[in-house]
Amino acid sequence: METWLKRIRPNANGWSQNGFILIMMLILMFTILLPLGELLIKAVSNKEGNFIGFANFAKYFSTPTLVTSLWNSIKVSLITTLVAVPLAFWFAYALERSGIRGKWFFRSVALLPLFAPSMLHGLALIYLFGNQGLVSTGFFGLLPEFRIQLYGQFGIVLSEILYTFPQAFLILSVAFASSDYRLYEAAETLGASKWRTFWTVTVPGTKFALISTVVVCFVLTFTDFGAPKVVGGQYNVLATDLFKQVIGQQNMQMGAAVGVLLLIPAVISFAIDRISQRKQSGWLSAKSLPYRIEANKTRDVLLFILCSMVSAVILSIILVAIYGSIVKVWPYNLQLSLSHYEGFLDGAGPFVNSLLISVGAAVIGSIVTFMFAYLIEKSNGHALLRNAAYLLSMLPLALPGLVLGLVYVFFFNNPNQPLHGLYGTIWIMIICNIVHYYSVSFLTVTSALKKLDSEFEAASETMNVPWYRTLVRVTLPMSLPCILEIFMYYFINSMVTVSAVIFLYAPDLKPAAVAIVNMEDSGDIAQAAAMSLLIILANLIMRSVVMLLSGKMRRRTEALLVKKDS
Amino acid sequence: MKLGYLSLRNLSKHFGKQTALQEINLDIYQHEFICLLGPSGCGKTTLLRILAGLEKTDRGQLTIGGKDITSVPAGKRNFGMMFQSYALFPNLSVSENIAYGLRNRLTKSQIIDRVDELLGLVELNDQRDKVPAQLSGGQQQRVALARALAFSPDCLLLDEPLSALDAKVRVKLRREICRLHQQFGMTTIMVTHDQEEALTMADRIVVMNQSRIIQVGAPNEVYERPNSPFVADFIGAVSFIEPDGGQQGNPIMAIRPEHVQLVREGQEKGRQGIVREIEYRGTHYRLVLELLDHQDAPRQQFLTVDLPTQDMATFHIKPNQKVTFSLLPEHIIRFDTVSNTSIAVG
Repeated sequence: METWLKRIRPNANGWSQNGFILIMMLILMFTILLPLGELLIKAVSNKEGNFIGFANFAKYFSTPTLVTSLWNSIKVSLITTLVAVPLAFWFAYALERSGIRGKWFFRSVALLPLFAPSMLHGLALIYLFGNQGLVSTGFFGLLPEFRIQLYGQFGIVLSEILYTFPQAFLILSVAFASSDYRLYEAAETLGASKWRTFWTVTVPGTKFALISTVVVCFVLTFTDFGAPKVVGGQYNVLATDLFKQVIGQQNMQMGAAVGVLLLIPAVISFAIDRISQRKQSGWLSAKSLPYRIEANKTRDVLLFILCSMVSAVILSIILVAIYGSIVKVWPYNLQLSLSHYEGFLDGAGPFVNSLLISVGAAVIGSIVTFMFAYLIEKSNGHALLRNAAYLLSMLPLALPGLVLGLVYVFFFNNPNQPLHGLYGTIWIMIICNIVHYYSVSFLTVTSALKKLDSEFEAASETMNVPWYRTLVRVTLPMSLPCILEIFMYYFINSMVTVSAVIFLYAPDLKPAAVAIVNMEDSGDIAQAAAMSLLIILANLIMRSVVMLLSGKMRRRTEALLVKKDS
Repeated sequence: MKLGYLSLRNLSKHFGKQTALQEINLDIYQHEFICLLGPSGCGKTTLLRILAGLEKTDRGQLTIGGKDITSVPAGKRNFGMMFQSYALFPNLSVSENIAYGLRNRLTKSQIIDRVDELLGLVELNDQRDKVPAQLSGGQQQRVALARALAFSPDCLLLDEPLSALDAKVRVKLRREICRLHQQFGMTTIMVTHDQEEALTMADRIVVMNQSRIIQVGAPNEVYERPNSPFVADFIGAVSFIEPDGGQQGNPIMAIRPEHVQLVREGQEKGRQGIVREIEYRGTHYRLVLELLDHQDAPRQQFLTVDLPTQDMATFHIKPNQKVTFSLLPEHIIRFDTVSNTSIAVG
């Protein structure tokens, strides 16, 4: 007994901290693990709840229309990936590794689609290539007509490229920004040509980012709901199937089966990403030199043309959506008016709902995420529980929004569930959005915490200072810029997301992104575009405010972290 | 055996399958300055963290002044610890860092006085409002030291305190730590892998290797009478010599380079060797000789010799030249028993 007592780690801070770790575990179980389990159970049972093995899947694969949509999903995702990744690769290369002008402008434009709901691209494409589109009608008869079959595969792919491009660009530009110039110097002294250096140094250096980009583009497209909903027409994909099974036919079991199918590529890609992340460490060291850009006229001219073209496409998408939203009746009455925006800012409208949900998700999400990351990274009790919590925290990364929304319906819309009371309230949407974007935020905070000396906690322990005081006085102030960053991330994504909340909203609490889908459904394209633009505007304002705050703070904390050598 | 002020009995520690410490027995007396010395990975930092209460031991007992503190948490031990990275709080000023552990122990005005006193002690009075990033490495180290001393700990634990500094600053701070130790007399335990640091600072050195204590003794004791080839080789330079019989097997005699004397040729009882390497060291040259057997054939056995710079010319030393030398018999180190664990050289 005595030896057993001694084995307990002597730790004055232990009990209160262990309590928090247990609470964290419970929350993660109830928001992530148990709902997911519910999905898997539903997928292998019938309406009465009896176990039927893989019968749901068998039925799925024997329904030709459903199999077609699986193939459609794969096809669309492949084409999108094949186009978006090279575009993003050269765009990122241009901004990080060439001497072109206007980098700031190109970067801002490339990231612009991140602030828009994914339906906006589809809406803008309708304005350009739809039956009454600007291009289709040759600018209302000024030019010869130019008609393409927008609705269907072509429209979805176009719109998905616009949707995935900024994400791919972000990943790749980080990879290009962090390179070791010593390798380039070594290649040059060994007499390698530029071309050979590109293939032997540049490409291997970005290999893991490339894998990650391919995976992200594929999965984003595979699980996206917004674009196929708007420009899909009769072309069915898995995501729209899921929606039809669950909302249209109330066939929850089949919905669960489709949900599991949607989950498969996400889980595989998650595994690939984890493995390549692990292999990647060690590529860069503290002694790495930053890349130095050499002058090269041809390269710069070619890349400048590429960047200009991509930026022109993105800008024209946004501009045509703006134009469409302020024209009275497209294409018959082109007078400008703000009539489509009317009522959007009223007290209980979808836009205000979205603002409430997003602020709620951002405030609660950043506090919870920071606390969880702190407990997992910096506390010292319960190594096993903390490892489990870490794994659970990575899990939402593999959960497409549509599947997440579905599992939340299964889990919370069950009268026997103690948390059933949340269903139909604004809280379920807030929780769902937090879980949806939790993993990325969690990783952001974790890497910020890793930059802080791991001995801070030990130092305060030897001085007999309780852990929470060091958390409040040191760890929290040092992490503020990163907390603001995830605050913004939660806000922006909660504003634009449609996939998860479309299953969860109560009629009186409809979020703006869902309202866009409904408006488009009933043919109010202009209103839908107006709402999308309002969302972009809100996001841009939020971003400017946060950037202003965090920019100063970041410079200050980074100055504090500088280590002098002597 | 007389119990020390701080007494470690049979401590052992494993991390998973890896053994970090085994059978650690050590008595540390009050006011002593102890250096834990050993190659990296020998367990010395783990031992220090167990003393601090930051790691728990798997087995064994730890007492201070007769009181068992094996399961007393770090904060209740009243030990001051200075970390290798200093772990200074980057967003707090120098005086806030020093005052950090005082909040529950002293009143506000007492804290102000104590911080002033410590700032004077480490000569950082005019830096009090700066944050750590604005200080040099040496200054940061002194803040960390002041912070660890602030609550007058019973024991001061230092984890490689000087390893991050450049050579000049290091020597200066070495003296400063010794001065503070003499002034306050707190029992001090310092981890280091630098043998020179251990030799110059410690009252007693604890040499560790492969998770065990190999030898404990005063600096001159471990240097002049190492109990194993490992200790001889780890502290200072040494050459192992085979007995004249030329038996194969473990070397059981050794000699320090400064105890080998070159003698003029033709003198009595000299042995012969060929100069293979010459290294200039300022005050002396370090030569590596290859020994010759009685038939003047090289024996593939080498001996390191330190030769004062002014003697270089007298002996006309050139590479591949034959020289005669003798070993000072009173300085030959003999190992009576050679245990297998201590022979490995880190």
